[in-house]
Amino acid sequence: MKYIDEFRDAAAASVLCEHLAELGNRLARAGRRVAVMEVCGTHTMAVARHGIRDILPGNVELISGPGCPVCVTGPGYIDAAVELARKGCVIVTFGDMMNVPGSDTTLAAARADGAAVKVCYSPSNALETAAGTPGREVVFLGIGFEATVAAVAGLINNAVKAQPGNFSILSAFKTIPPAMSALLADPDVAIDAFLCPAHVSAIIGADAYRGIAESHGIPCVVAGFEPLDILLGLVRILEQLEQGAARVDNQYSRVVTAAGNLKAQGLMARYLQPSDAFWRGIGTIPGSGLTIRPEYADMDAAVRLGIEVLAGRTPAGCRCGDVISGKLRPQECRMFGSACTPENPVGSCMVSSEGTCASFFRYAAGKGAQVPG
Amino acid sequence: MNDSIQLAHGGGGLMTRDFVRAEVLTRFGSSALKSLPDAATLSVPGRDIVFTSDSFVVSPLEFPGGNIGSLAVHGSVNDVAVAGGMPLWLSLCLIMEEGLPRSVLGGILDSVSAAAGSCGIEVVTGDTKVVERGKCDRLYINTACIGRRLENFNLSTDNIHPGDMVLVSGPVGDHGMAVMAVRAGIDLSDGPRSDSGPVHRLVLAAQPFAKDVRFMRDPTRGGVAAVLNEAMEKKPADIVLREDSVPVSPKTRAITEMLGVDPLHSACEGRVILICGPGSADAILGAWRKLPEGAGAAQIGEVTSGRGMVLIETITGSRRIVDVPRGELLPRIC
Repeated sequence: MKYIDEFRDAAAASVLCEHLAELGNRLARAGRRVAVMEVCGTHTMAVARHGIRDILPGNVELISGPGCPVCVTGPGYIDAAVELARKGCVIVTFGDMMNVPGSDTTLAAARADGAAVKVCYSPSNALETAAGTPGREVVFLGIGFEATVAAVAGLINNAVKAQPGNFSILSAFKTIPPAMSALLADPDVAIDAFLCPAHVSAIIGADAYRGIAESHGIPCVVAGFEPLDILLGLVRILEQLEQGAARVDNQYSRVVTAAGNLKAQGLMARYLQPSDAFWRGIGTIPGSGLTIRPEYADMDAAVRLGIEVLAGRTPAGCRCGDVISGKLRPQECRMFGSACTPENPVGSCMVSSEGTCASFFRYAAGKGAQVPG
Repeated sequence: MNDSIQLAHGGGGLMTRDFVRAEVLTRFGSSALKSLPDAATLSVPGRDIVFTSDSFVVSPLEFPGGNIGSLAVHGSVNDVAVAGGMPLWLSLCLIMEEGLPRSVLGGILDSVSAAAGSCGIEVVTGDTKVVERGKCDRLYINTACIGRRLENFNLSTDNIHPGDMVLVSGPVGDHGMAVMAVRAGIDLSDGPRSDSGPVHRLVLAAQPFAKDVRFMRDPTRGGVAAVLNEAMEKKPADIVLREDSVPVSPKTRAITEMLGVDPLHSACEGRVILICGPGSADAILGAWRKLPEGAGAAQIGEVTSGRGMVLIETITGSRRIVDVPRGELLPRIC
């Protein structure tokens, strides 16, 4: 299959693995240990699914970042969504949100109690639901990073034209580069390089990371989600580290351009404006969110339905924040695999299909890694 | 004649009788069913029978490659087959929602009839009920199947040992992705088709090697991953699959990639997973590949010493766990 089989070729993978091993050895001889953060949740899952951690050189570690939108959604946001559902609104959401713990409950539990919560595959399903339930407020749960936000901006564009009169978005959109900068500013976080997201970069462009690479002296490599993409991305990172370079490399040039998708950026800028955003486990990061512009307040569920998103309560002992900022490996959390499992998640990292803890729990095997259970 | 199902069609009176005559007896007028007795009287050949029952609630009712009717036949036929039985008789129970168009029901019953015919089995008993609008989603079907036990199969996970081979009769995950694609509203006129079909001929083809067959299952809900994990639970052995040996059709692969689903988690409805001694693997594969439903058969892995895990060797040469699917199949969101 075009663009899948080519990037899953075993012979090419073995060549890249050898190259990685050589680079790793040379860095090891120079006394260097390397921590690479894969920022995006889809990378986290692909790394686990293709067993990439197991073939890394011993002195190279891949740590998972905050790039799973479900994982960084605060409990207060879930509380607000549940409150809207209990007031009679129809909630439309991506499926991964169903089991994210709020302060006291989840959307799945609210649905079982009779609340109208619908799982959708595409943001456009939300407008169809609004058209199909006239007279009832329909609220789309607007979470996600730039790649999802671009699709939601398209949804807002369609809603502005269609004027359904019963549709709004509870926005908790986030942007990736400010979170990367915030992590680098944290003295407890040690990151030598970033493996930058694929889909997000297709929207914002590879140049979006230039400021981070230059001001922090950190290599930033944009990579696709296939195993060869990731291996090649890691090779480029180790090459830069060996050379003492710190620039933006775009391994995923078949999709990502330097400037990104200008049309999508234009649509996002028309309807959304930068804001501060609350990241579960990390806290508020200035300028890391996007909210609906006041001109379109009618589409903003917080304004339209008068709901306030509070901080909410995170369960005692939950260390998701440390996990998504790379300070703690999932299996180092005392609750991992015992009190916190995909069936009974305590923290959001165990909920999402792209959560760091969920990926470790599901796929960790083979040499070196701890096998759960 | 009214063109949709009414509550009275399930009332037990004249309308029920007329309905059953018009819709059921015209399609399934076997000798056992003809006089509409309360129960079928059947002569069981041989001594041992294999007996199963299954309910079908698939949504949508029709999907590329089949519908709830053909699925309801294949589902029960296949459960009998992988237990080492040759299917003989089927029961058919319909639970219909008031207002279901008769044309929709007719099309589905035609599929039941065609599927039963192609399996060489008879529908010998059944029941119809109608519930008020909104109390069920259009149509649910329950079938039960009786078969005779085939000689020489001695299936037990206790017989699985290191060195055994893991075979699959064709590409995996087609049914799950065909239904998911429709449900997700993905417009795919040329998308994946369900593999819904009978597997009893595959079982028959493996019968000459039956003494060497340890385990057979049809990997339905939960897919290959669930079946193999169940087989290996608490065993002092592992199964190691090879990623590049697991057959996945390109169209199904496209949807699994799009929705972020592991093909090993996606349901099949016309495949067999079989574990056998190493000496019989090639012979069984050869026999399967002579059948249209076994044309894509492959050896996908083997049993090694271990501690009850299912692993897969990825293209990077490393191994990862093949986990049991958890909760609903949900797509990724970014």
